Amino acid sequence: MQQEVVLAMLAKEPTHGYELRARLKQALGPVGEELNAGQIYVTLTRLEKAGLVTARPTAGVQERPDRKVYELTAAGQQRVAEWLAEVSWPRPDLTEFHLKLIAAAAARLGDPLAIVDAQRRELLRRLRDAQRAAMAESATSDAALLLEGIVLRLQADLRWLEACERTWTTRRSQS
Amino acid sequence: MTALLSARGLCKEYGKGDALVRAVDDVDLDVAVGETVAIMGPSGCGKSTLLHLLGGLDRPTRGEIELAGSRVGQLGERALARLRRDAVGFVFQAFHLMDELTAAENVELPALLAGRSPRAARRRALELLDRTGLADRARFLPSALSGGQRQRVAIARALANDPAIVLADEPTGNLDSAATLDVLRLFDDLHRAGQTLVIVTHDSRIAATADRLISMRDGEFTDETRLTGGTAGSLGKLAGLEG
Repeated sequence: MQQEVVLAMLAKEPTHGYELRARLKQALGPVGEELNAGQIYVTLTRLEKAGLVTARPTAGVQERPDRKVYELTAAGQQRVAEWLAEVSWPRPDLTEFHLKLIAAAAARLGDPLAIVDAQRRELLRRLRDAQRAAMAESATSDAALLLEGIVLRLQADLRWLEACERTWTTRRSQS
Repeated sequence: MTALLSARGLCKEYGKGDALVRAVDDVDLDVAVGETVAIMGPSGCGKSTLLHLLGGLDRPTRGEIELAGSRVGQLGERALARLRRDAVGFVFQAFHLMDELTAAENVELPALLAGRSPRAARRRALELLDRTGLADRARFLPSALSGGQRQRVAIARALANDPAIVLADEPTGNLDSAATLDVLRLFDDLHRAGQTLVIVTHDSRIAATADRLISMRDGEFTDETRLTGGTAGSLGKLAGLEG
């Protein structure tokens, strides 16, 4: 489980471990089915050691990890903000980007549409580079085929960004 | 930087009262000579309507357009038609070629309508077909050409009167991957030759060839970025070769 994802899910408000898991499950649906509680608690413990979250037990309840309330420290807040602003395309990991939008909206840390725009700029620059290279190849070169593959993949990613844009535009106008 | 095309406070409204739709909502735009600008957005965002306004195919509800030194709003229908014919080349998604005319006849038509001699018009048409890689298809009817070839004929036609600006509406919308690449190459050649181009599209491939990319949502410009300069990283990385 990526640490930033867990941090970002905490950004909205301090939360119990089980609530955190519920938020992730809601955001991910069937994709998050394999997510087990253990992974989340391991990540939370690491984050605590790194000084990015603090944990306090709920009053009157015996000390169990799922009964602790986790909260971001200032350093944790900072890390989330950096993560939201990063535009490195998470190659196979669409989930990370998806959670970025959800976390940004839930915690009011950023505008999901601005994150989509920043990502699109980055992908379009890559597409431009790949396409320039493709245009320079003759149609029969071996490299042309590989470049076409890169171009098509980037296009697929950009189409998904369009879908992200549509959904978050609708959500914004409804809220 | 001289603006060849500029728009200020451009609005296009349809309907009234509760049913009022602002297809284009207070848009400002400057396009410099020799620049390629792509306007991108989901279908229904108003980008085609905007292109029609910019090319004088439709009149705005409010706002000003200056194109190649003419204030479009002050022109009567005739003068506007002349400006369109002389200064603007249009390229559409569905090609809009005349089915009963050959490729060469389609390309020479705008020059004939502009009063050029049949000989000069034909010579120009053959030059343009050569430039678009279709010299050997000059006598073919559109029905005998592939989609990509038809679009290249349409682009050649758009260039017949040496327009100051080419406006293209989803030029790759009906094309497969290989034909798209041919059209991209052609636009790239035009760009290198100094042609000013405005392309509205939701095809990210063609948008990525522009100098400047504008995103449009609900009739408004929401993001603008320069794609030239700087590089996003190595191609090897994109192909999964490293890191």
